[in-house]
Amino acid sequence: MSSVAASRVGSWLPSGRTLVIAAPFAFLLVFFMVPFAAVLKISFADPQMSVPPYTPIAELKDGYLHFTLTLAHYRAVLTDALYVGSYLYSIEVAALTTLICLLVGYPACYLIARSDPSRRNLLIMAVMLPFWTSYLIRVYAWIGLLKNQGLINHFLLWTRLIDQPLKLYHNNCGLLIGMVYNYLPYLMLPLYAHLVKMDVTLLEAARNLGAKPWQAFFTITLPLSRRAIIASSLLVFIPAVGEYVIPEILGGSNSLMIGRVMWDDFFVNTDWPSASAATAAMVVLLLLPMAWFQRLQRRETAPR
Amino acid sequence: MTRTHRVLGNGYLALVFLFLYVPTASVIVYSFNESQLVTVWTGFSARWYAALTTDPELISAAWTSLEIALATAFSSVVVGTWAGFVLARFRKFRGQTLFTAMINAPLVIPEVIQGISLLLLFVALQQAIGWPARGLFTIWIGHTMLCVSYVAITVQSRLASMDESLHEAAQVLGATPLRVFFDITLPLISQALISGWLLSFTISLDDVLMTAFLSGPDSTLLPMVVFSRVRLGLNPEINALGTLFIVAVTVGVVVNNHLMLKRQRRRDQEMALALRSAP
Repeated sequence: MSSVAASRVGSWLPSGRTLVIAAPFAFLLVFFMVPFAAVLKISFADPQMSVPPYTPIAELKDGYLHFTLTLAHYRAVLTDALYVGSYLYSIEVAALTTLICLLVGYPACYLIARSDPSRRNLLIMAVMLPFWTSYLIRVYAWIGLLKNQGLINHFLLWTRLIDQPLKLYHNNCGLLIGMVYNYLPYLMLPLYAHLVKMDVTLLEAARNLGAKPWQAFFTITLPLSRRAIIASSLLVFIPAVGEYVIPEILGGSNSLMIGRVMWDDFFVNTDWPSASAATAAMVVLLLLPMAWFQRLQRRETAPR
Repeated sequence: MTRTHRVLGNGYLALVFLFLYVPTASVIVYSFNESQLVTVWTGFSARWYAALTTDPELISAAWTSLEIALATAFSSVVVGTWAGFVLARFRKFRGQTLFTAMINAPLVIPEVIQGISLLLLFVALQQAIGWPARGLFTIWIGHTMLCVSYVAITVQSRLASMDESLHEAAQVLGATPLRVFFDITLPLISQALISGWLLSFTISLDDVLMTAFLSGPDSTLLPMVVFSRVRLGLNPEINALGTLFIVAVTVGVVVNNHLMLKRQRRRDQEMALALRSAP
C-alpha cells in the first residue's frame, strides 16, 4: 500500500535525471533565449525621453488593452543608407578577415601539425598564448606599431623603402590588421586539432603511388579538412560581423561597422528601439551561418 | 620533405609567430620607456609602474574587476561543468537540439547582440518586479554567459574522451550517482575545470562590451577605464598595466600547462606499471 503511494508520488515528482538536465537548461533559456523576446518587444516600440527610454507597446486604458506597435525601425534598418551601408561593410570586413586568416593560418597549421610531436605542442601553445592575454591590450598594442611615428614606419623609413610615413591606422588597413591578428588563433586552434588527427597513411599511400606532394595535398589533405575549414571560418566570420572594439580603436571614423552603429544608437542617441531592430536584423542575418556552425559542431559533441 | 622545403616552412612559421608576438613584445618594451610619448625612446625607467600605484581611478576599478572576475570564474565553472556533463552523458532528451544550440551559439554570436538583449531583459525585469538594478550583479550574469559555453565544451570533450569503465565500476560497487560524480568524475576532469576557470577569469577581466551595456552608474570596471583611455591613443600607463597583464597570464598558462603535462606523464607511467603487473 505504502509502496504504491510512494511510487505514485514518485511519478508526480520529476526524476533525478530530469532535474539534472533542467537546471542548466533553465539557466540558458532565461539568460540566452528570453532576452531575444525583450529585443523583439522593444524593436516595435518608439523611443521617448523617459526611464526606460521607449514607449510601452501594450497599455491598459479605459479597461481596454491598447497595443501600439511600429514597424518604422525595421523599415529604417532595411532602407536607410546608414544601416544598409554598415551591414554590407561589416559583411565585407568579416569576409576579408576570414579569407586572410585562412590564407595565413592554414599553411601554418599544416606545418605545425606535420612537425615532430615534441615541437608540435610547444608551437601550438605559442599560438594559443596570445589568445589568453588581454584582448584589449593586444588591440591597443597595434597603435604603437601602426601610427606615423610607430615601429613599422620607423623601420620602413630606416630601410629607405619609403621617405614619407605611411598612414596605416584609423583606416581600413589598420582595421584589417587588427581583425586578422585577433581572430587568427580562433581559426588556427580548431583547424590544427583536425589536421593533427588526420590519417597520414593516406598521404604515404598517395606518395607511393607516385603523387607529387602538391597533388597529394589538393586531392587528399584539402578535401579531408573541408569540414574543419568551414567550421573554423564560421568561428571567425560570425563574431567578426558584429565586432565593435577593433574598428573603434584601429578603424577610420568613416568606416562604420554595424556594431558601432548599434553602440551609438544605444549610448549616444539613446534610441533603444532602433538598436533593437538592428539587433534583430543582425540575428536574422547570422541565423544561417549559425545554423551551419551548429550542425558542424553537433557532430563533434554528440554523445557516443 | 627536402631541405629547402623545411627551410621555407620554418621561415614561414617564424613570420607568423613574429606577427603574433611583436605587438605584445612592443607593449612590454615601451612600458619601460621614460618618455611620455610612448614610441619615442628616451631611456629606461619604471616611472609608469609607479604612476599606476597612484592612480585611484584605475586601482578602484581594478579591485572591482578582480571581484567580478573571481565570481564569474566560479559561476561559469559550476554552470559550465553541469551543462557539459549533461551534453556528454545524457543521450536523447526532449529539447536536446535546443540545448546544444544554446551551448554553441554564444561561442560565435557577436557580443553586441548578447549585450543588448541581456540589458533589455534586465530593464524589462526591473520594470516588472523592481529587480535587478544595473550594476555588479547584472555584469556578473553577463560575464558568466560569455564564459559558460567555453567551459561546457571543454568539459564535454574531456568527458567524451574518458573511459567510462571507472564510472561503471563505481556504480557496480554501490556508489550513488552523486557520489560517482564527486569522487570519480570531478577529479578526472579537474584539468578541464582549471583551464575553464582561468579562461573565464581572463575573459571577465577584459570584457568591454558586455560590461558597458550591463553596468550601472556606480560600477566602473577596469576594462571600461582602459578602453576609454585607449580610445584617445597611446598612453604609457596602459603599457605598464598591459605588461603586468601579459606577465600574469603567461605565467598562469605556462604553469597550468606544465602541471598538466606532468600529471599526464605520471598517469601514463602508472598505467604502464599496472599493465605490467597484470598476469
